[in-house]
Amino acid sequence: MTSTRTSSTSVKRNPFRWRPQQQWEAYLFILPSFAGFLIFIGLAVMMSLGISFTEWGLTGARRFVGLQNYAQLLRDPLFWQSSGNTVFYIVAVVPLQLAIGLVMALGLNQAIRGRLVYRLIYFMPVVTTIVAGAIVFRLILANNGPLNDLIKWFSSASGLAFPAPNWLGSTQFSKWSVVMLTLWKNTGFTMVVYLAALQGVPQELYDAAETDGASAWQRLRNVTMPLISPTTFFLFVLQMIGAFQLFTEPFVMTSGGPANSSLSVVQYIYLSAFRDIRMDKASAMAWFLFVFIFLFTLIQNRMQQRWVYYETE
Amino acid sequence: MAATSAVVNTAHHKAPNALGLPARLGLHALLIVFGVLMLAPFVVMLVVSLIPNTAFMTRNFSLNQFSLANYVETFQAVPFGRYYLNSIIVTASTTVLQILIASLAAYAFARLRFWGREGLFVLYLATLMIPFPVTLIPNFLIIRYLGWYDTYFALIVPGLFSVFSTFLLRQYYRGLPLDLDEAARMDGASSFRIWWQIVVPLSGPVLATLAIFVFQGVWNEFLWPLVVTASEEMRTIPLGLASFVGQYSTAWNLLMAGSVIALLPVLIIYVIGQKWFVKGITLSGMGGR
Repeated sequence: MTSTRTSSTSVKRNPFRWRPQQQWEAYLFILPSFAGFLIFIGLAVMMSLGISFTEWGLTGARRFVGLQNYAQLLRDPLFWQSSGNTVFYIVAVVPLQLAIGLVMALGLNQAIRGRLVYRLIYFMPVVTTIVAGAIVFRLILANNGPLNDLIKWFSSASGLAFPAPNWLGSTQFSKWSVVMLTLWKNTGFTMVVYLAALQGVPQELYDAAETDGASAWQRLRNVTMPLISPTTFFLFVLQMIGAFQLFTEPFVMTSGGPANSSLSVVQYIYLSAFRDIRMDKASAMAWFLFVFIFLFTLIQNRMQQRWVYYETE
Repeated sequence: MAATSAVVNTAHHKAPNALGLPARLGLHALLIVFGVLMLAPFVVMLVVSLIPNTAFMTRNFSLNQFSLANYVETFQAVPFGRYYLNSIIVTASTTVLQILIASLAAYAFARLRFWGREGLFVLYLATLMIPFPVTLIPNFLIIRYLGWYDTYFALIVPGLFSVFSTFLLRQYYRGLPLDLDEAARMDGASSFRIWWQIVVPLSGPVLATLAIFVFQGVWNEFLWPLVVTASEEMRTIPLGLASFVGQYSTAWNLLMAGSVIALLPVLIIYVIGQKWFVKGITLSGMGGR
């Protein structure tokens, strides 16, 4: 708001405003960006929409079929399964990532030694190529891999004798494998964003709360959480949009299997377009994805009034 | 930015409610557990990359098993040099050109007046809502139509136009005092000179931050290169690594050596420039707010 005001008053003072030459210069400045925008975003969106209303593999004649591709998707069990898997990823990943990231950030926001070293380590997976992460997790989660070594050891040492799960090879656990990889990869990001927010909470508020006899838990509940709720909201929406578009994790780690139990929607879009050569079906699916993301973001935006606290309002 | 966070840090260190010894030990224990969880995959990667597959299968970690033999074999089996070259070419040119193009547009959006400015900017922003899978298929078709399939052009050109970078830089440019432009115009400077000699030099930190963000994204990109390349000569590192899994699905020693080769340079740069990486990835991520 303020910035708009400053710029318009400054423009009034600018003796050269509305100089036609400046208009032409402005268009030249915009031109490279706008040309690319027009082709790779504008044209692309139009094409995608158009293709989704036609019957068209990749070559040959196109036939307008209206909403047929969308209707077929709604009857496609694999579409529902991949959507279900994607919802599973969102529901499992987003809350866990926010919770663990917050705990890490709260820990690192204390006056203790070695904070930079901890932060260095927690953030390391974020800069890691996800493909490499997926490959190591294939090894760690393999039936005879290190994680099951630990589980088998624990199961016999504790006398409980429970079986080690087949993480990647069973329909029951394959999604959890993807969840673990995603948490490992992205929680450091959540932690760093939370840490920045925590450092913005004024110390006076904590001091005042302490003077009033608030316990550490009460300070967290009633001072910290409301003040960082805009960050929570931002992270929530960002992670949700990211989880909607999971691709590389299941693609490299499980190939969507076994029996499509870890197939994500974006992976199904990819397979429809580039393995089955059904550009029409894949485009329709991409638009379903857009609508999902749009609706979820809209709902979140509505709900934020209930729990997000903005100091200025 | 650095100054403010430094102030915040010292304020915390001097806080009267510093933790007692038991609390500190408990906190360290918790933080170390997290650290072990985050580091474990890297340790597994490194250890398995240094021993023969048979030694790993039998969990024989005696010192005489360790050698660099897997690395030699991996380099012979896979053209990692070529993958690196491709990744460097694609990432460097995308980062530089994307920021240049975004900076030019952002300057006009922020500091020049022209017909249609607000409408165009709203149009730009509206497309931020569109997820990547929507434009994936048509962009593949456009690339094929242009005859760019399986070339550097396919890997680079569509990545040069970023609404997000434009938006981020516009926000920053709006914050610079307009008096600077006026004074320069009085002296007869063109808009181009104002952009290049005043606006760009004043935005060094934000450009560096954005550059790290773009670099990181392009370097790790997987889906787009997967769709528009076919030959081994055009593979970037993530793609080369993924195809390596296809060929050697159970040769864990080689796969881990390949992963270390793919990760090590970026991790070294990260450890050296930690502060900048963290800032680049998070601040840019928050700019979308």
